[in-house]
Amino acid sequence: MTTIEAAEPVIQLKNLSKTYGEFTAVDRLNLNIYPGEIFGLLGPNGAGKTTTILMMLGLTEPVSGEAIVCGVDATRNPMQVKRKVGYMPDDVGFYEDRSALDNLVYTARLNRIPEPEAKSRAMTLLERVGLAEAAHKRTGTFSRGMRQRLGLADVLIKNPRVIILDEPTLGIDPEGVRELLALIRDLSRNEGLTVLLSSHHLHQVQQICDRVGLFVQGKLIASGDIDTLSRQLDGSPAYRIELDVSPWSESLLTALRGVEGVTDVQLKDGAEPAEGAQQGAGIVTVAVSGTSDVTAELAQAAISSGASLFGLRPLRYGLDDIYHRYFEGGEKRERLG
Amino acid sequence: MSAWVNKWRGALGKTSRNTDAPFIAIRETRATSPFWVMVQKEFGDHIRSWRFVILLGIVTLACIGSLYTAVTALKDGAQTVGGDANFLFLSMFTVSSNGLPNFLTFLSFLAPLIGIAIGFDAVNSERSKGTLSRVMSQPVHRDDFLVAKFVAGLLLIAVVVFSLGFLVMGTGLITIGYPPTPEEFGRVIVMLLITTVYVGLWLNLSLLFSVRFKQAATSALSGIAVWIFFLVFYGMIVNLVGNALMPSDPSDVQGYMDAQNLLTLLSRISPAQLFQEAASTLLLPDVRTLNPFVTQEQAYLAISSPLSFGQSTLLVWPHIVALIAETSLSFAATYLLFMRQEIRSRS
Repeated sequence: MTTIEAAEPVIQLKNLSKTYGEFTAVDRLNLNIYPGEIFGLLGPNGAGKTTTILMMLGLTEPVSGEAIVCGVDATRNPMQVKRKVGYMPDDVGFYEDRSALDNLVYTARLNRIPEPEAKSRAMTLLERVGLAEAAHKRTGTFSRGMRQRLGLADVLIKNPRVIILDEPTLGIDPEGVRELLALIRDLSRNEGLTVLLSSHHLHQVQQICDRVGLFVQGKLIASGDIDTLSRQLDGSPAYRIELDVSPWSESLLTALRGVEGVTDVQLKDGAEPAEGAQQGAGIVTVAVSGTSDVTAELAQAAISSGASLFGLRPLRYGLDDIYHRYFEGGEKRERLG
Repeated sequence: MSAWVNKWRGALGKTSRNTDAPFIAIRETRATSPFWVMVQKEFGDHIRSWRFVILLGIVTLACIGSLYTAVTALKDGAQTVGGDANFLFLSMFTVSSNGLPNFLTFLSFLAPLIGIAIGFDAVNSERSKGTLSRVMSQPVHRDDFLVAKFVAGLLLIAVVVFSLGFLVMGTGLITIGYPPTPEEFGRVIVMLLITTVYVGLWLNLSLLFSVRFKQAATSALSGIAVWIFFLVFYGMIVNLVGNALMPSDPSDVQGYMDAQNLLTLLSRISPAQLFQEAASTLLLPDVRTLNPFVTQEQAYLAISSPLSFGQSTLLVWPHIVALIAETSLSFAATYLLFMRQEIRSRS
């Protein structure tokens, strides 16, 4: 997508592993994250996302391998890493009987920022995340969305180079999610921050991430931007096109199948097109898979075979499909093993 | 670990260099170290909390109650019973009448309560509120967090104990109109110091429980259980052991003495016993020995007069060391437990 991969990675994970007794939480993970990008760590609950993040911050020691963040080994020098990396845990908590401003100033002072500067910086950030009016309210009264926004301000107050957000969108209403993501994207684009966010909310991550990594059972099974990922799906078509046609006929089917590059033609309701049960009038939706972009050819084929074309939709693989497909694969593998 | 030792060294060096102007020194340093920021915050949290108000209320009541007891007893002419009239001021802390508890009894009863109340939710509440992982992701040493909790608690305890002591002294001064000698004053100060250490021990124990147990209620309950154990049951157990150990032959003097010494040793494992002995020795200069046995020569040659301040302190020095040792031990356990725990949000 972008050419940021040329630079030196900000986060470098090399063969990182973590086990809890018999259970392997993270299994020989290799991952590079480059400056200025937004990387989404995707995976179901218990996939080892949070454990990986904790190891990046030196809050948990890996069993083997190393995590190098901003050129520093996070396991050996967690203090240096924590100075440069802002981390927002999932379901971030604040001191409830203190005001939002107090909480931010406290974090700033833990980072050795003198109090007057901490105050002005906190106010700027509160304004930025839209909590300026609530600055003097106790955080105990805050809603979940406000807490997450305050969490973002809390992460930013130390002027980090990298921010790591663990499930930042969990439990916020759609509008709140949109605002939060816009804010994150804005930060990354305008201030060159590297953002790593973990989530299992695919759609949200899809909107803002440059690259995503799919994480299942402690393993990174795929990473890259969404186009790359969809192409990595083994044995699955790279392009899908949906056509609404009427009337349905065998000749149409043959015509569609005859288009070069088409690998599969299926009726949308799942019935085999060859059965011909739906022959006749009425609009029928067919899903066509192909190895290249055959949208235009399909339209031509449909019309020249005498059918009316009501709709034509080239489908891109969404993260959802990718995610789902990978998990199906993962389950199969497990069953086989 | 070595990191914070070094930092302590640094801090100590800094303070010793600037002893003549500590406040200016603090203002001059560009930003306070995270450790002291945490101590400040903890201390502030304690002061603002409801539990502190409640504790203060209880303590004030105890103070008034013990003063009432002392003044009534003194009016009834207790000074002739309570000991030398030379130490009239000290007897204000120790005399009692009509079975009402005196200051020392109040203190030995309240001290564990204060310690437990301040420490029982120190770590687990931060964990359950999700603030622990946020603070830990700041450039802060993990042990600093724990030490800050302890130091802030201890500071608060020192403030409470000393203000309580001075309050009783001041009000007593006004009521009985009899000023203390410098020696008496010194004895009270040392006694208050020992009390602070003693409360610190309970604070540490409750910190240990707050690290070990995820629920604040469980941790408070365990603290109270340990307190009740030492208050009520430990003595019983020691007695039971004692009865079993006593030689059946009544003429076996050596065996009898050995058993008695072992019993004393056992009972002195209890911090409550240590505190009780140390504090009463300091406040009652007539106490010449804490041993259950005195040989005839010792009894014969002893001068029948109260011990001097220095000698009293010497007598209880092992007790003070033992209290500090027990505090260190429970802190070490807390430290070990905390360092090995994984910090995840809200779990």
